[in-house]
Amino acid sequence: MVKPTKVTNRIRALRFAAGEVTQAELAERIGVTRQTVIAIEQGRYSPSLEVAFQIARALDVPLDDVFQYPGTDQQPPRHPAPEGTASRPGPVTPNTGRTP
Amino acid sequence: MSYDEKRAWIYAAIAASLPAVYFVTILRQLATTDATEIAYIRPMLAAIGAAMVLNIVLSIGAALFSAEDHNKTDERDTSINLYGEYRAGVVLGVAMVVPFGLTLAGADHFWIAQGMYLAFVLSALASSLMKIGVYRRGF
Repeated sequence: MVKPTKVTNRIRALRFAAGEVTQAELAERIGVTRQTVIAIEQGRYSPSLEVAFQIARALDVPLDDVFQYPGTDQQPPRHPAPEGTASRPGPVTPNTGRTP
Repeated sequence: MSYDEKRAWIYAAIAASLPAVYFVTILRQLATTDATEIAYIRPMLAAIGAAMVLNIVLSIGAALFSAEDHNKTDERDTSINLYGEYRAGVVLGVAMVVPFGLTLAGADHFWIAQGMYLAFVLSALASSLMKIGVYRRGF
C-alpha cells in the first residue's frame, strides 16, 4: 500500500504569482512531464530533492516557500546544546577593575 | 494521462485478455480430452507471441496519439516502474511455487506449463495494475 505524502506545497499559487506560469511551462523548465507537475501539485507525488530545488528555482522562490512539512514549517528545528554549554552566558560586561 | 501510464493500461489489457482466451480454449478441452493429449504448446506460444506483438503495436499507437510528452520518461515514471516491477517480481516468485511443486510431484508437463504461464500472467497483471494504481492514487 502506498502511503500518501505528508509534504504539502504552494506550487499552484506560486505559478500564478510568477506570471501565470502554466503547468506545461513549469514541466518544460524542470524537465518532467506535465502529469508529474500535476501529481506534485495535487500532493500525489513527492519529488526528489533535485526536482524540488528546480521547481523552487523555476518559480524564483526559496525551497521553504514551495514545500512544507506538517509540524516543521513554523520554526526551524532546534538542536540541543552540547553538554556544558546549555546555559548561554549573559551579556559580557566590561571589567573595569573596580570593586563594587 | 502520461505515455507510461497508457503503456501500463495497454499491458494490463493484454495481460488480462490474451491469456484468458488461451486458458478458456485449452482448459475447455479437458472436459473431453486427457491433459496429456491436449496440444497446448502451439497455442501457448501463439498467445505469448501475440501478446508481445500487440504490446509493441499498441505502444507505438499510444505514442502517436500522445503528442505531448510521449518521448519523455521522468523520475516519477521511473519510480513507479520500479515499484510495479519489484512487486511483480514478488508475485512471480510466489506464483512459481505451484509449478515447482507440480514438478517435484512428477506432474505432467501440461500442468507444469500451465502453472508457469499462469505465474507469468499474474506477474504481468500485478505489475501493470500496481503501476496504474500508483499513477491514479499517488506515490
